[in-house]
Amino acid sequence: METVLALSIGVLTASGVWLLLRPRTFQVIIGLSLLSYAVNLFIFSMGRLMVGEPPVLDPGGTGDLSNYADPLPQALILTAIVIGFATTALFLVVLLASRGLTRTDHVDGREPMP
Amino acid sequence: MSGSHMLLIVAPIIIPLIGGAIFLFLGDRRHVLKGAINLAATATVLALAIVLLRVTADGPVTVTLLGNWQAPFGIVLVADRLSALMLVLTGILAFATLTFSLARWHSAGAHFHSLFQFLLMGLNGAFLTGDVFNLFVFFEVLLAASYGLVLHASNRARVGAGLHYIAVNLAASLLFLIGVSLIYGVTGTLNMADLAIRVPAVAAGDRALLEAGAAILGVAFLVKAGMWPLSFWLPNTYSVAAAPVAAFFVIMSKVGIYIVLRLSLLAFGEHAGALAQFGDPWLMVGGMMTIVFGSIGVLASQDLARLASFNVLISSGTMLAAIGLGDVGVTEAALYYLVNSTLAIAAFFLLIELIERGRAPGADVLAVTMEAYGEDLDEPEEEVGVVIPVTMAVLGIGFICCALLLSGQPPLSGFVAKFVLLAALFQIPGPEVDGFTVASSWALIALLLISGLAGVVAMARAGIRTFWLPLDNTIPRVRVIEMAPIVVLLALCIILTVQAGPVMRFMRDTAQSLHVPQDYVRNVVSTPRLPTGEQR
Repeated sequence: METVLALSIGVLTASGVWLLLRPRTFQVIIGLSLLSYAVNLFIFSMGRLMVGEPPVLDPGGTGDLSNYADPLPQALILTAIVIGFATTALFLVVLLASRGLTRTDHVDGREPMP
Repeated sequence: MSGSHMLLIVAPIIIPLIGGAIFLFLGDRRHVLKGAINLAATATVLALAIVLLRVTADGPVTVTLLGNWQAPFGIVLVADRLSALMLVLTGILAFATLTFSLARWHSAGAHFHSLFQFLLMGLNGAFLTGDVFNLFVFFEVLLAASYGLVLHASNRARVGAGLHYIAVNLAASLLFLIGVSLIYGVTGTLNMADLAIRVPAVAAGDRALLEAGAAILGVAFLVKAGMWPLSFWLPNTYSVAAAPVAAFFVIMSKVGIYIVLRLSLLAFGEHAGALAQFGDPWLMVGGMMTIVFGSIGVLASQDLARLASFNVLISSGTMLAAIGLGDVGVTEAALYYLVNSTLAIAAFFLLIELIERGRAPGADVLAVTMEAYGEDLDEPEEEVGVVIPVTMAVLGIGFICCALLLSGQPPLSGFVAKFVLLAALFQIPGPEVDGFTVASSWALIALLLISGLAGVVAMARAGIRTFWLPLDNTIPRVRVIEMAPIVVLLALCIILTVQAGPVMRFMRDTAQSLHVPQDYVRNVVSTPRLPTGEQR
């Protein structure tokens, strides 16, 4: 499971960074979205990967990391998703405004000289 | 801790939140009403910040447990001297820029007042929070508001710069998240005070991971602070933003500085064992490179707004290099420098707008071309005994004050700031410090002097171009409420000069409590929960 998660984070990050460095605004926004998925998965992995464990401590058992899933990273991801969603939407509006004002979807607002 | 102190910490965040929300319900055209409410809310926040400064100046670190959970588990708000100082600085800038904007800028686009209040809320929250992830949330609040404000009175240049600004900051936010989660993964805590306790105890095998997390987190803040080479977005954005917005944004680059100062001394201070002073050489070198970049930029700028933006970079670079030295005396001087440069650059941004108002677009570029080709400069002097209009005289005096403050010339506080900084740097070379620190402190002394020289040259040239070259300027129409904020900001700098002794004493206490954070940590961790009715 660790390998699958690590691979998916890696692929998402690599694609995100590549798209982020492209010259078209739409590619940039998709790149940012992919990067934020990768980051969310990464935060999740920082709480250690657990299968089938409850996110609360068992009153009888000991507070050992090996028998409960850490709920905090999940709360962090929720926050990060909400904030990322809002900022991406805002970026989309600016993208459209830029497209309307400059009549091009190049990030610098003008086509590069041939 | 009494209930009134708790209110005092929460109010600077709650008041802007409520204020900003109220404006959303008022119609788009009720500018006067919104302006009045906004002014009242901002003045209240400033007054509260001053009260908080007086409370914390005597020493106590005031802590509020939000949600009433004991410290490492719940989110805490902490006010110590540094937080209170930054709150007061934010309040002053907010009040000044808001007053300035009421003359005309506030009605140039939608939702200015809401965004302004949300930005104020995010700034206050970022300065007060004692929790790293909560810091992320407040960072996003202030960034989201700033995205809107950059686009205020939008035109092509602002949308273009806004696009870059948003993309850079979204990427930086993602780095922030990666850094925070790495630190959480290693130490198991998000509380800054708890972090200070746990970092020295991190196992040797996990240390590399913690260092990676701290470095990634640091990059996110350094983007905000504008350290070279992460700063190319800053001059482009600040120079095209509306004048009051740009002046308020001066404090935003100081947010990055504040966090770097706080976290590096809390988590990687002298008590941190093997990780002590982690990252300091990077801050040192990066800060010095930023000063170089800023100085070159200042000399190369053709228009005034870019000149001011590069001054932001010089100020950031000086702060970062000073933090990197990790010396109490230098930190103390740097804090004085921080207050002085923030006020001066904000005043300069406001002043630029008034000066530019009377000039034809592109006049700066034209003036440079004329200089280069010597055109029209030897025309006969006809205007002997020209009456200097009052407006131009006031603007000119303001410009001279800004030039003196920014380049660190006597007699204003810019000189005092540079003097104490240099004096503190001369104290460093001694037998007990290593060669790198000695070399870098000498290098910083040289750079500070050179950047001062670059500032003098650039400001003198800009002043001559603006005020003396005959380029059929019309006299700008300036209203009193536009001139007043600039005068107040500059007057504050004069007060800083006259009252340098008491201010430096406060800065010394602040620097000492930052370098010995045990008090801060103990206060945060030991603050008891308030008794509640349903407690068993």
